[in-house]
Amino acid sequence: MSEPIILTPPLKDEDVVGLRSGDRVLITGTIYTGRDAAHKRLVDLLHEGKPLPIDLAGQIIYFVGPTPTRPGKPIGSAGPTTSYRMDAYSPSLIQQGLKGMIGKGSRSQEVIDAMVRYRAVYFAAVGGAAALISRRIESSQIVAYEDLGPEAIRKLEVRDFPVIVVNDCEGNDLYRDGTEEYAVK
Amino acid sequence: MREVSTEQITTAVKKMALEAAYELGDDVRAALNRGLDRETSPTGRDVINQLLENADIAKEGEFPMCQDTGLAVVFVELGQDVHIVGGDVNEAIQDGVRQGYEEGYLRKSVCHPFTRQNTGDNTPAILHFRIVPGDGIKITLAGKGGGSENMSRVMMLKPSDGKEGIKDYVVQRVKEAGPNPCPPIVVGVGIGGTFEKAALLAKEALLRPLGEANKDPELAEMESELLDRINKLGIGPAGLGGRTTALAVNVEMMPCHIASLPVAVNINCHAHRHKETAI
Ligand code: SF4
Repeated sequence: MSEPIILTPPLKDEDVVGLRSGDRVLITGTIYTGRDAAHKRLVDLLHEGKPLPIDLAGQIIYFVGPTPTRPGKPIGSAGPTTSYRMDAYSPSLIQQGLKGMIGKGSRSQEVIDAMVRYRAVYFAAVGGAAALISRRIESSQIVAYEDLGPEAIRKLEVRDFPVIVVNDCEGNDLYRDGTEEYAVK
Repeated sequence: MREVSTEQITTAVKKMALEAAYELGDDVRAALNRGLDRETSPTGRDVINQLLENADIAKEGEFPMCQDTGLAVVFVELGQDVHIVGGDVNEAIQDGVRQGYEEGYLRKSVCHPFTRQNTGDNTPAILHFRIVPGDGIKITLAGKGGGSENMSRVMMLKPSDGKEGIKDYVVQRVKEAGPNPCPPIVVGVGIGGTFEKAALLAKEALLRPLGEANKDPELAEMESELLDRINKLGIGPAGLGGRTTALAVNVEMMPCHIASLPVAVNINCHAHRHKETAI
């Protein structure tokens, strides 16, 4: 198995176009969290023509709803949540320059099309590997929507955060292609 | 008549809620290791290795193995010669869940169906009681994740669909679930009974240790055939392609109405959490 690719956001188009479905990636640097409620607020702001509380250009959003934080820890267990619930919102954010999303499970054709058109990728973190993932998160700070509690937008500093490219900007899909490759007919 | 206090019950439930979230069962670990031996996909092997390492980290007691620490489902086998003293047994169990989820820093994942307002303490847990002979109490607690529960179904097949129809339905359900229930999964199948009994049988099937076949040879054969067919689907660990889609298929069956053939498929993820206590 090939060596993992190291990525540090903010990502440029050049960083993203070279990624292929199936690549292992380790992310080091800053990523943002967001799930259902935060996505809805961001997209509502865009529709009203108002500025977003964070600049999405080149950034990665992680779909996650962690367990409560123990004293002295940056965060609780923080594995990926199912991504399809964000499908309605992701294309608008990709259009704003979002370069990566981390979650689990398949994305809609609209999201895949937006990733091809605006050059973005979708990464899978391993669903249920939440304790391992949390160890790679060094700090966490709420940057928007504190009132949403566990759904607030947080800025995470991560080191060697392990993900796999599922959808690249050429329209490949590892969920589909991987299953086909290993299916016994 | 043996007396058991509600306090003993609360303490036992609390302990199980905590342990289930942090300690992956030996049977699940062994099944993951068997998967690793057979898995031909490099990505699939990478995923299983991450899951084994994840279980080790969780065991240290700081981070639950998954952030979805589940809705607690509690099965109670209550001996008919037991007298419970000190209050309401239902409340005693709910209290145990409440305390376990709070003290263990576990996520509260229960809400009002319409408003989605969180109940704040992970109750109400789902309770199933059965009265049995004797003067003991056996309590089993399962922390059931939403991602895999959402992929579960009950289907009223036609009697003419027969055994083949049941098998096809189970395989089809796993195929449609794809990567969503966090494979490698455990598949509980309930056959027969009524609409609700089939679902309960499927959930009880998930409680049987992985790698232990049904005592009925016909059902044992069905389990191994289903496991084989599911692992040929190619979904693989985390749904990224591979041969380890399911760790086990457990089937439970009972007679049904002459006009019916109920089948339930209850899918569980690799975070296959359940603990048992005898009082
Ligand atoms: S399906 Fe299971 S492993 Fe996956 S996120 Fe839910 S509880 Fe965790």
